[in-house]
Amino acid sequence: MRYRPGQRVRVAARPHDGHHRTPSYVKGKLGRVERLHASFTNPETRAYGEDGLPKQPLYLVSFAQRDLWRDYRGGGGDRIYVDVFEHWLEEAK
Amino acid sequence: MTEHDHDHDHDHPHAPITNGAEPAAAARVRALEELLVEKGVIAREDIRERIDWLVSRSPADGARLVARAWVDSAFKDRLLADARAAALELGLDPGPSPVVVAVENTETVHHMVVCTLCSCYPKALLGPPPDWYKSTPYRSRAVSDPRGVLSEFGVELEDEVEVRVLDSTADIRYLVVPCRPSGSETMSEEELAALVTRDSMIGVAQPAAPAPVAS
Repeated sequence: MRYRPGQRVRVAARPHDGHHRTPSYVKGKLGRVERLHASFTNPETRAYGEDGLPKQPLYLVSFAQRDLWRDYRGGGGDRIYVDVFEHWLEEAK
Repeated sequence: MTEHDHDHDHDHPHAPITNGAEPAAAARVRALEELLVEKGVIAREDIRERIDWLVSRSPADGARLVARAWVDSAFKDRLLADARAAALELGLDPGPSPVVVAVENTETVHHMVVCTLCSCYPKALLGPPPDWYKSTPYRSRAVSDPRGVLSEFGVELEDEVEVRVLDSTADIRYLVVPCRPSGSETMSEEELAALVTRDSMIGVAQPAAPAPVAS
């Protein structure tokens, strides 16, 4: 497992043709690893009839709402939690 | 009429969008089902069994988990650590994969759940999702304006309360353990379970208020 809870990470900003489970609103955004769930088959290959192996680690990553939406209505502590596969994460410099 | 008048001619040809009264999506699903059965990928019996299983699930199962967690803090810890094991402990059917994760609302943290990419939902413990959960307005606004959505559901939270929106984008399904209502201190576990609504376990509502005690 490449990342630990508490670590700052950035979601890759790359475009991706075809099925994937990384929502566009977090692409390129800075987040914090909250937990490692487990490893699961890769939906990007499984969606096309393959076995989805090797399994990919899946993390719960949180983002400050104010970093995502310009006119966010709410407290500065509000966060959004998204499940992101490891191959979509990069170390935050 | 506005300038975008729907009487205008289309500039692209296409087949009729509906086939009689059948919506386009239903026609597509039926066609897919026919193909999958014809090619031997699934049997009609499999589909029927899955639908039977799904419609036999109900929020009463999730409510039992929450009520037990309210009266037994050691159970609550086990529920938050491993919801599947906790469900099995109560004799509930946590379903096949995906993995269920329970999260706890407190006086300072409020969780609500959405699936922006489709309509992922802890069906095994809550039954089929409500229509609004699958709607585009809920799915888009729950992430960008959760407090506005909560307010429409009748939940007003102080700015100091941290709102955490959980977007179930992959293999995890989230179940919210709402705050135990005040005034419920003397209620039995069974009575408490009746306060735990489906919406409170999605995190868009508080549990029902206990009925006032007759004096």
